Amino acid sequence: MLSKVAERLYWAARYLERVENTARLVSVYDKLLFDLPREVNISWYSLVELNSASDLYGERYRVRNEHNVVKFILADATNPSSMLSALRLLRENIRTSRDVLPAESWEQINEFYLYAQNNIRLGINRSKRHEFLDQIVSRCQMLLGMLYGTMSHDEPWQFIKLGRDLERADMTTRILDAGAAALIEADGDTSVNLRQVVWGNVLRSASAYMSYRRTVRTSVNGADVAGYLLEDTHFPRSVEACLTQLKISASNLPQGQHVVGLIGDIEPNAYQITSEADLGEAFRDFLNELQIELGQLNNHISQTWFPA
Amino acid sequence: MDWKSYDPNGYFDELICRDGTVRPPARQLIHYLESLPLEEIESRRQMAEVTIQEMGISFTVYTEEGNIDRAWLFDIVPRTIAAKQWHTIAAGLKQRLEALNLFINDLYHEQQVLKDGIIPAKIITESSNFRPECVGVTPPLGVWAHICGSDLVRDSDGEFYVLEDNLRVPSGVSYMLENRAITKRVLPELFEKEDILPVDDYCANLFDMLSALSPRATSKPVIVVLTPGIFNSAYFEHAFLAQQMGVELVEGSDLIVGEDDCVYMKTISGPERVDVIYRRIDDLFLDPLVFNEESVLGAPGLMRAWQKGKVALANAPGAGVADDKVVYAYVPEIIRYYLNEAPIIRNVETFLCHDPEQRSYVLENLDKLVVKPTNASGGYGMLIGPHSSKKEQAQFTKLILENPRNYIAQPTLALSTAPTLVAGGRLEPRHLDLRPFILQGRETHVTTGGLTRVAMKKGSLVVNSSQGGGSKDTWIVDGGEE
Repeated sequence: MLSKVAERLYWAARYLERVENTARLVSVYDKLLFDLPREVNISWYSLVELNSASDLYGERYRVRNEHNVVKFILADATNPSSMLSALRLLRENIRTSRDVLPAESWEQINEFYLYAQNNIRLGINRSKRHEFLDQIVSRCQMLLGMLYGTMSHDEPWQFIKLGRDLERADMTTRILDAGAAALIEADGDTSVNLRQVVWGNVLRSASAYMSYRRTVRTSVNGADVAGYLLEDTHFPRSVEACLTQLKISASNLPQGQHVVGLIGDIEPNAYQITSEADLGEAFRDFLNELQIELGQLNNHISQTWFPA
Repeated sequence: MDWKSYDPNGYFDELICRDGTVRPPARQLIHYLESLPLEEIESRRQMAEVTIQEMGISFTVYTEEGNIDRAWLFDIVPRTIAAKQWHTIAAGLKQRLEALNLFINDLYHEQQVLKDGIIPAKIITESSNFRPECVGVTPPLGVWAHICGSDLVRDSDGEFYVLEDNLRVPSGVSYMLENRAITKRVLPELFEKEDILPVDDYCANLFDMLSALSPRATSKPVIVVLTPGIFNSAYFEHAFLAQQMGVELVEGSDLIVGEDDCVYMKTISGPERVDVIYRRIDDLFLDPLVFNEESVLGAPGLMRAWQKGKVALANAPGAGVADDKVVYAYVPEIIRYYLNEAPIIRNVETFLCHDPEQRSYVLENLDKLVVKPTNASGGYGMLIGPHSSKKEQAQFTKLILENPRNYIAQPTLALSTAPTLVAGGRLEPRHLDLRPFILQGRETHVTTGGLTRVAMKKGSLVVNSSQGGGSKDTWIVDGGEE
């Protein structure tokens, strides 16, 4: 297959996953606000920091309130990683890879893009936000499911998987970071109740609540949630499971062995977590490290299969 | 929906006769539309609009503010033609393309047609589309123009005429296919009742034709569609055709010509040899080593690879020599000369400005004629006499005198009309033409119907989508007679 097409599919999958996870990330905060006691103060601005977009935000907005942050994260065209920007880039990549994708994917992405554009206000205002974000997540799943169920699982599909799992691993570290950041921000108030609310929502945002309960079989607590989302071998959004899938995809591609080796060097279990106390700044630094390693993996993938 | 008030204003109408009766191939359609209340018609129209948006059917318009992706303008009322009549037209189109291919091949070899004085040699030697680089080359099967889009019009007498043959990179076939897809969703009931001949064998025929050109005797030749890229107005179509045929869509930067003169594409497992290129870029951009050296759309060495027979190009470079409005005037002669047959479809009467006698007639009658540059497309650079000002006529007089070889003139045709939905759910006649597509490889195929283009503005004769034209589905109806 053409290198250029491989690159577009890889990025299409990354953008698709980014759209979905951006919606998930906003819903962590959205749900937290329903559940938290009123005196606890959690700042929406952490979402901007999590996306490493503080500088850009500063150029666009002065006030760091919910409305501005959510608008910046979901709708802002000048923010290249906003949900709508990612969706636009996804559409563009599908548009330019139509020759290798099922015909329905182009139609679906058009419907999806029109829906998001026409209803973006619902995401910005709080009253219908939940419904809107749900729609976004389920439309992403629909598109991915359609590709999974109708595409031949040959090389083009392997590039979609590479993009999906790399972005997914990255976003899982960011969702965990969202939880850790919220608790650090609420410092002082370390009641069990608050921690349960935060980590419960982290799990729900990754659609991991049920499987966590069944696999871990303990109450919801930070150390176990972090361990589960980083290291579980079966849950498809855990960093470990994503890395396993990345290895499988890379080994199915020509000249993939080198990349398989590099994936093996990434260790989501390198940071010791024994109790809630381990989930402070050091934990956030570790998550940041993981993100950097994933970024380097992205560069190796580019050099191997789509050199300039 | 009410047809009583519909009046074609004396033009030949595709669906309704002058006395108000319905032409046979349109009877079921009109009968059905009559049964629909106005609100239903409006809801079907909206459905078509949404379908077009969702199917992402668009084309790109170049403007000063950059490129705009515009949704396809579509009228839901189909245009009908009786199958029996269509078979004659199709035979005429085949005849035309087969003769043109013999003609092009002759021009790049013995030039017998010039020696025999059928066409003045000057017309060819002075043509900007004659490529000396092609002299002596024999492409696979001896065919140069594999894909042709001919524009047909009907005059007030209802007869079909060929207005021009597009032999370079004709576009529009994907819209023909999408128009049918939209209509199936919008008027599904009619497809159950009527014998509307299907159009969807085009991509399979295109694929077979391209495969037949492969220089390597392999059962699975590597075929690619070469596009100038996402900013080209027909990019939608390039992607559509590649997808439908299951072949790679490439840009020039994906191709390299090796020292062995073979063409390779850059893939994830290294270079892979390409056998056939369906190129959608003009000759002059194909190879910067031979033509426009600034071009980044093609690939250096592509002409060398083609000349040595290592890769097939469709259409072959140089095929455009027969896509010239002066050559057009000689097509009936060309058919008689090569095939010894009488032309089945007529040409529109054409005045050649390089001929002193014809030129003076043209200059005296500018207000009645349509003047066209001999090698431009898209409806640009034309003078439509009856709609022109004195100032524009003076400007064309100057242009013609400066470069007479570059202009031809034709009488203003009373293009046929068809009922088209306008604001308020009313039907008004709008002028239209028809672009069928002809494929020539081992065999010659003609599309069932073609792309009907409609001038959406009242009274307008300009059907080009780049200038606000729209389109309709074209039904070849079996059983209806004309």
